[in-house]
Amino acid sequence: MSDEDMMDDEAGGGVVKKFLYVNRKAPYGTIYALESLEVVLIGAAFDQDVSLAFIDDGVYQLTKGQQTDGIGMKNFSPTYRALEMYDVEKLYVDQDSLTARGLNAEDLIVPVEVLNTTQMAELMETQDVVFSF
Amino acid sequence: MLLHTVNKSPFERHSLQSCLRFAQAGSSILLLEDGIYAAIQGTQFQPLLQEALNDKKVYALLPDLQARGLPSEKIIEGITLVDYGDFVDLVASHSATQAWL
Amino acid sequence: MSIEINGQTIETDEEGYLTNLGDWNEDIAKVLAEQDELELTSNHWEVINFLREYYDEYQIAPAVRVLTKAIGKKLGPDKGNSKYLYDLFPYGPAKQACRFAGLPKPTGCV
Repeated sequence: MSDEDMMDDEAGGGVVKKFLYVNRKAPYGTIYALESLEVVLIGAAFDQDVSLAFIDDGVYQLTKGQQTDGIGMKNFSPTYRALEMYDVEKLYVDQDSLTARGLNAEDLIVPVEVLNTTQMAELMETQDVVFSF
Repeated sequence: MLLHTVNKSPFERHSLQSCLRFAQAGSSILLLEDGIYAAIQGTQFQPLLQEALNDKKVYALLPDLQARGLPSEKIIEGITLVDYGDFVDLVASHSATQAWL
Repeated sequence: MSIEINGQTIETDEEGYLTNLGDWNEDIAKVLAEQDELELTSNHWEVINFLREYYDEYQIAPAVRVLTKAIGKKLGPDKGNSKYLYDLFPYGPAKQACRFAGLPKPTGCV
């Protein structure tokens, strides 16, 4: 996408759909988490109604204090704090996944909304498109 | 309603349990690839699947079953066997697909 | 690919973005700008430095609309608009300025 195309995105009009990105993998052991984040950032240019869900090991993507120098990989956790500037503001985290891992919302690098199972299930059912990672 | 797909063995990953926790009544679950091991009678997951069958449709992809040498008689009662064409129909007839990888 | 600066060889990708962020210095920005027939003024440097700080904070090169908005917030509406930024960086404020700043190409640009 050229810079100009990206500037025109608002003029595109069209139907706004509800997109949910479901993240269920820890950040560095596989490429899923980084790929998901990149798709979210690219997709943000299309002005859709975007939500991110973090379930199972996906909650580990958001933990504070990540230091990746020693493994020679980029620490992409600060990028979650940039999502707001991309108008991606709806971040939902599964309560049971946090609890099972001894975590709570204060351990996460960004403000999130913590949902119980029923709320998360309802969130999923209201989407037009679900991207799973 | 959503179509949920599970393609990992329940013995290796938590995907099936997570799927069953979030799948709502009236939604559908398709077991495929290594996910089909959950469809077999007599495993520790049979009670979970039977509970799911109370208010959800559960499907298993036959070619994946055959590839793994699992006879269709060993499938838990109530699970529907489907082929690739049915898979496409399932995707098309649901509002969206959630893949539990 | 690579560029020669003060007798040093700096590695770049095929589009001229530095391979290693750590290789960057101001002379590199000047040489890259000269190649694009631009002379860097304090207004250019303001954007380049902003981008480097942004990257340091978020580990990402911002898309152009995000950059424009963020510049507007920090430096005021006179500078946070596409005309101002395109006048400074005719090949695109995100793409070209990121290259001068030693950052990767913004995610979402091809």
